[in-house]
Amino acid sequence: MKCHYACGSAEHALHRRAFLESAVTGSIGAVGLGGILTGTRTIADQLKTGHKQVLNIFLHGGVSQLESWDPKPNTDTGGPFRAIPTSVPGVHICELLPHTSKQMHRLSIVRSLDTKNNNHGRGVVEMTTGRKQTPGTDYPHLGAVAAKALIPETFSLPGHILVRQSPGKRNIESKFHKAAYLGPRFASMAIYDAKPPAFGGESDSITAEADQRRNAFRKRVNDRFAARRRTADTEAYNFSFDQARELVAQRHVFDVTRESAADQERYGMSPFSTHCLLARRLLEHGVPYVQLNHADYDTHHENFNFHIEQLGEFDLPFARLVADLADRGMLANTLICVMSEFGRTPKINKTYGRDHWGTAWSVLLGGTGIQPGAVIGKTNENGTAVVEREVDHGHIFHTILQAAGVESTGEFQIGGRTFPIADPARGSISELLA
Amino acid sequence: MTDAVPVKVDPQKTSLSLEYKLSRPLTACHWEPNSRFVFFGAEDNLIHRFDVSSRTVISLAAHDSWVRSFGSSLDGEVLYSGGYDGRLGFWPAAADKPDPIHMIDAHQGWLRAIAVSPDGKHIATCGNDLRVKLWDVAAGTLVKEFKGHKSHVYNLTFSQDGSSLVTCDHKGVVNSWTVDSNEPRQLLTVKALHGYDTTFRADIGGARCIALRSDGVQLALGGISNVTNAFAGVGETAIALVNLADGKLDRILQSKDKTKGTMWGVAHHPSGFWIGLSGGSGGGWLTFWTGDADHEFFKLKLKNDGRGMSLSHDRTQIVVAHADMHLRTYALHGAT
Repeated sequence: MKCHYACGSAEHALHRRAFLESAVTGSIGAVGLGGILTGTRTIADQLKTGHKQVLNIFLHGGVSQLESWDPKPNTDTGGPFRAIPTSVPGVHICELLPHTSKQMHRLSIVRSLDTKNNNHGRGVVEMTTGRKQTPGTDYPHLGAVAAKALIPETFSLPGHILVRQSPGKRNIESKFHKAAYLGPRFASMAIYDAKPPAFGGESDSITAEADQRRNAFRKRVNDRFAARRRTADTEAYNFSFDQARELVAQRHVFDVTRESAADQERYGMSPFSTHCLLARRLLEHGVPYVQLNHADYDTHHENFNFHIEQLGEFDLPFARLVADLADRGMLANTLICVMSEFGRTPKINKTYGRDHWGTAWSVLLGGTGIQPGAVIGKTNENGTAVVEREVDHGHIFHTILQAAGVESTGEFQIGGRTFPIADPARGSISELLA
Repeated sequence: MTDAVPVKVDPQKTSLSLEYKLSRPLTACHWEPNSRFVFFGAEDNLIHRFDVSSRTVISLAAHDSWVRSFGSSLDGEVLYSGGYDGRLGFWPAAADKPDPIHMIDAHQGWLRAIAVSPDGKHIATCGNDLRVKLWDVAAGTLVKEFKGHKSHVYNLTFSQDGSSLVTCDHKGVVNSWTVDSNEPRQLLTVKALHGYDTTFRADIGGARCIALRSDGVQLALGGISNVTNAFAGVGETAIALVNLADGKLDRILQSKDKTKGTMWGVAHHPSGFWIGLSGGSGGGWLTFWTGDADHEFFKLKLKNDGRGMSLSHDRTQIVVAHADMHLRTYALHGAT
């Protein structure tokens, strides 16, 4: 795609924030690097309100809402677990989440998702793009949208980081998150098993001075090329090169072993514990969007045994992370979401399993822009249907962005085309917004 | 209670002898020693008492979750119940309207199994808190707590002379504890009964059922083996036979067709054969082995998946808790 740049030189390129501010005042009429937001507020306006961040925790396979956020004890569908009180009077969650229960005054539950889907792949796509999956159409992942909208102008690291375990043989987790029309710079950078990316580091065979000269030469050649034949692809290559240099320079950001031994012990020893601690570190270093994947919850067989195991890994480090973000004043600027591709059937099958269920399930939200301690929506007595405030992936997508200060009803303008930021047929859950 | 005098049975004539339907799927069942009642649990937090002669049911309420394990005093007058709520109940088994004698918060998390000592003076329990506990039944008090397992303790039984307890955990670790010891003696790890699914990143395994051979020399541990997909339950039913004297694995009992599912019940018949109850993707089966060969000499297809099994005191009937809300009994000597 040929781009229309206001200036062909990297040296003279406007800073992103300056560009956006100029766009607002009308001093620049051209379309910028990746397009701009239009609507009631612009990114420039939004950035003035503070550096917002998003932490999304994706429980792959479909966590059971009945064993987490919407327990129905002593009903035909309730299963063997009890509900426990939380730090919010009158709000109960499953007994498998004792540590999280003490953080619920900082979090809120949406108990009324009906996403009308029981397919893993489609569920992942729809929950993370906020759109109905349509053949031949790619929408950007929530992380790409958040990164594009929230990344500070001076921020030189990737804005969209995915932390996950190494893939298994039949793994259904995303390998990376697509940025679609937002461009590759907003696609995810994946960190596997909390190991820092394989940086090459500085070469022993070249001095720092020689490296600087070499880089200056590269820039001169690039500029000359860009003056005549600049494209979105060349821009992405240049961006990747610059970002790689920054990654090397700031590799400590990804090194979770630099966290104190006390903190590592507080979070626990499981891989997800380490991932939560790494998430805290990445957020502290300003990464706009961090996603942790925790797998796996696809419990068609022995749902209850496996939820003890999986939520047993999730509960403590997640609760520690929420508490730490609050204690450090970061929750005021960080949106937290815990989602899956769907929930699990209220009906318990003959092998004590629960199957796929997109008809009535829950998502957890909290932090910046979200009313704390709220419960939105309701399911019926045994959790088989939504009876109050039905919402879907589109509403959740809008709500996350708006809570993070992004006007989700706005549009991206990319290469002269207009792309709604979120599904125009949906809106935020306004009563959940602070 | 009367001493069991095994009548002549013919497993190959095993047939359905009784059905009772509840409104919820069943979780466990227990034939008390006097054969008056079958107690069973269901997905409803209640204990149901089925009167064998009148074929009527009353329900006992006190647990705060499903009931998964039972035991009886030697005279059959006290029922012991264990629940997913971690509580241990003592009940007057034959009372018109039984109220609990004791309800004890016995374990943090699920209480998975109960065993009654041969002299009837103690019961032992195990659960998700990694603990094995010994209780005085007369006083309803804790006598001793055994620590040593590193994963959920799934099942247990007393040795035939009552001097020790044998326990098996989620990862197939089998420990033996003498009553006056503090440390376990690890007999073995039954690798066939545990797997870690690297795709789903979860452990699956453990003894879902346990029994001693009638002579007390051999231990049977039943569960799921050769799991290829933990979250879909794709694995094969299996029973591991362990020699208690030397802690060696004697044999793995499986079915010739490698039935898919989990072994949920096991018992040894004094006539000299093992009985296994299974459920899962391969359906419900009662399977019979001599113990001298890996494969069965007979298996009976059931109407639905089994989740729990108990042998009547006279050893002529098997009662099965089914997932399709039915309690069914099967006569071992043909139709009655």
